[in-house]
Amino acid sequence: MNPIEGTIDSQSKSETAAGVKAGVAAGDEAALHPMFHNPRKLRLFKERFFYGSILLATLCALGFLFYLLFSIGAQGWEHLDMDFINNFPSRKPAQAGFKSAIWGTVWLGGMTLIFSVFFGVGAALYLQELSPKNRFTSSIQVSISTLAGVPSIIYGMLGLGIFVRFMGMGRSVLAGSLTLSLLIIPVIIIASREALKAVPDSMRMASFALGATRWQTVRDHVLPAAVPGIATGVILAMARAMGEAAPLIMLGALTYVAFVPSGPLDPFTAMPIQIFNWTSRPQEAFHDLASTGIIVLLGFLMLCNSVAIFIRLRWGRKL
Amino acid sequence: MMSQKFTSPILQATNLNLYYGTKKVVKNLNMKIGKKTVTAMIGPSGCGKSTILRSFNRMNDFIDTFSHEGEILFEGSDIYKSKIDVTEFRRRIGMVFQKPNPFSSSIAKNITWGPKINGYKGDLNELVETSLRKAALWDEVKDKLNDSGLALSGGQQQRLCIARAIAMDPEVILMDEPCSALDPASTLAIEDLIHDLKQQYTIVIVTHNMQQAARVSEYTAFMYNGDLVEYGPTTKLFSTPDEKLTRDYIVGRFG
Amino acid sequence: MTSQLWAKISPWQRWRERMVIRGLAFTAMVSIFTTVGIIFILGEESFQFFSQVSLKEFLFNTRWAPLFEPRSFGIWPLINGTLIIAIGAIIFALPVGLGIAIYTSEYATGWWQKVLKPVLEILAGIPSVVYGFFALTQVTPFLQKIFPNIEVFNALSASIVIAIMILPTIASICDDSLRAIPKTVRDGAYALGTRKSEVTLHIVVPAALSGILASFILAFSRAIGETMAVTLAAGATPQLTANPLVGVQAMTAYIAQVSMGDVAHGTVEYQSIFAVGLVLFLMTLAMNLLSQFIVKRYARKYE
Repeated sequence: MNPIEGTIDSQSKSETAAGVKAGVAAGDEAALHPMFHNPRKLRLFKERFFYGSILLATLCALGFLFYLLFSIGAQGWEHLDMDFINNFPSRKPAQAGFKSAIWGTVWLGGMTLIFSVFFGVGAALYLQELSPKNRFTSSIQVSISTLAGVPSIIYGMLGLGIFVRFMGMGRSVLAGSLTLSLLIIPVIIIASREALKAVPDSMRMASFALGATRWQTVRDHVLPAAVPGIATGVILAMARAMGEAAPLIMLGALTYVAFVPSGPLDPFTAMPIQIFNWTSRPQEAFHDLASTGIIVLLGFLMLCNSVAIFIRLRWGRKL
Repeated sequence: MMSQKFTSPILQATNLNLYYGTKKVVKNLNMKIGKKTVTAMIGPSGCGKSTILRSFNRMNDFIDTFSHEGEILFEGSDIYKSKIDVTEFRRRIGMVFQKPNPFSSSIAKNITWGPKINGYKGDLNELVETSLRKAALWDEVKDKLNDSGLALSGGQQQRLCIARAIAMDPEVILMDEPCSALDPASTLAIEDLIHDLKQQYTIVIVTHNMQQAARVSEYTAFMYNGDLVEYGPTTKLFSTPDEKLTRDYIVGRFG
Repeated sequence: MTSQLWAKISPWQRWRERMVIRGLAFTAMVSIFTTVGIIFILGEESFQFFSQVSLKEFLFNTRWAPLFEPRSFGIWPLINGTLIIAIGAIIFALPVGLGIAIYTSEYATGWWQKVLKPVLEILAGIPSVVYGFFALTQVTPFLQKIFPNIEVFNALSASIVIAIMILPTIASICDDSLRAIPKTVRDGAYALGTRKSEVTLHIVVPAALSGILASFILAFSRAIGETMAVTLAAGATPQLTANPLVGVQAMTAYIAQVSMGDVAHGTVEYQSIFAVGLVLFLMTLAMNLLSQFIVKRYARKYE
């Protein structure tokens, strides 16, 4: 991108450098005229320095990412065995395991998926395809864009006030998954609307011209065509929800749970909460456990992400 | 301006003004379209011909800024005022679009979907065959009815779209520049098809191609800048047009 | 003409369709309920709080000590904690994020460019509790080598990991707004005989300034709302300080701390987290509205 030519006498180069290509071909357009004070070496140095610094910024970020993954991997690798996955948490680091956290996250994930897809995709269909333009829908728009920026801990306070206390669900899987659903519904709505927007209008017109109603059109043509995009958005939002600890801690889920939930009204723990719990203890041994937990959590999230990438590559470009 | 006299027109526009926002795109249109005729609408782009076509089956409803004055009668009743369900009435007026737009499902499903949602009680397999035969596509696709409609060539896709419209047993078929995205061979196939279809259906076709209008239609309407300049039998309009504007357009002085 | 084979749309069918659409409209209303719910919950408990603690004390007292005697409810130490961490994070993240965006949009090419963006997005996908862990076990020990008198819990460590966390937000929004600058603008500059870095810095970046500003505000708002990393790394000592090497308590960390303890419902300590939550909500809301305003106001310049 910046082919730098040694020290050719720049005076001998003619005015052709003023062409459109000059910037790309670079290197030789300095000091065209005695009236232009154009210290070529300084400019070249600046060019290299600039390129060097942005490259450095990028490599730093990448380096940080790999160091983070590597250091956690190195620290937690040792504990990663079946005992860790099959044991419940314990005060003795040597026996402590991740079982209740893993199953708690699975429970939360399943129920959050159901609630958030139902409400998120439903709302996106309504807003993008079926709604009239009026004050009602524009107030929904406003609230969605407001909600998308609300910190997750505030959702936790909402869940605490509404689900745990007002509705009396207690610190249950149900309350946790409803709270996480509220957190990601705006994200799912926005992603699903983008996917619906990408469905060509000609498909809707073809359907309407056959005498289909709006709902028939959406159900049989628009929604199926948008499913890959929606699924990608849903999975990415789910990955975010499964990594959240703050809203669950607000609900009071940071307790010792040594069992697998057997129903939606049981108390629960979850992977990020258990990791937080281990991290906040002073003993080094628990930190090792935390890093093992992080390996499992990140493995789980990366699995989600690869499914999303797979869906996008496999079905994404059909239309 | 002259207008064609049909004793029992299937479509009739009376004092029709069409607007996008405040812009009047069709001005005071009076036009009758006869049963089982092929009517071509020609004119330079932006003259309002597509807008008229799209108001015949109320596809303009989907454009927020669209509004209308005057009336359009379909078999005597005003489609914008009477209480017929708009979706039910669109079933009776088929439409073929500029770009082929088959659904992303199988060839057979492309055809059966419309009848199904409209409560068709007949034999669907038979309907697929008759519709594809009428659209002159049967021989090419009879062995791959379960293949995706999107796997066909452009010309085949457009005939599939015509078959899809025919399957609804419509009275009118509106065609919005149906050949503009096709190669010459496919265009020819579609034009032949229009010849066959006029035995049974009323066809209104918008085209920017004057030769095509001359080849396929019995009546031609020339639109310019929102006005219906001239409307009459195709042979007359192309040989001895009444209006100077029409003559200038036909000989290619503008547009 | 209509043959017997075609059914009329039955009233039942019409009714069913209307019900489906109403049902979907209801799902869309969940967003309104959520917004109203948040405002109601925060407002209601805050109201209780302010009936016991004066607004004057909340806004003008400079000590935050809600859990032990003598109690004192001055919000400033918490805001100070939040801001020192968030400002620190932005100081790191903005130049680096913008640098990355310039690199990915203007310099990187081919497969490298295609791979780079999603790989950097991974940084945004890592849960914040992981960043908290990393801050405590890696960043702080590293900082202790540079600043021997740094405290175990300190704002700087939290700032650094939050900077990493918000990098992708800044980089991806800046990247989009840099790409939105049409090629003709660049060509115009190149035709004057300028180098790539000069075109980028003097022409392209200023033209994309609104997007860069919006990304900055959005990232700042995310930094303010971040909970787990600040709870784990920055500590729980609310104080007014500009020193990033000592422990502070952010608003979110205070809320988390109280909810982890056994504070009874209905007490002033319990209500205090909602008052703090309200301040947090209003701050992030203001910033999000501002960034949306900037994007809307300046987005259409080049169309």
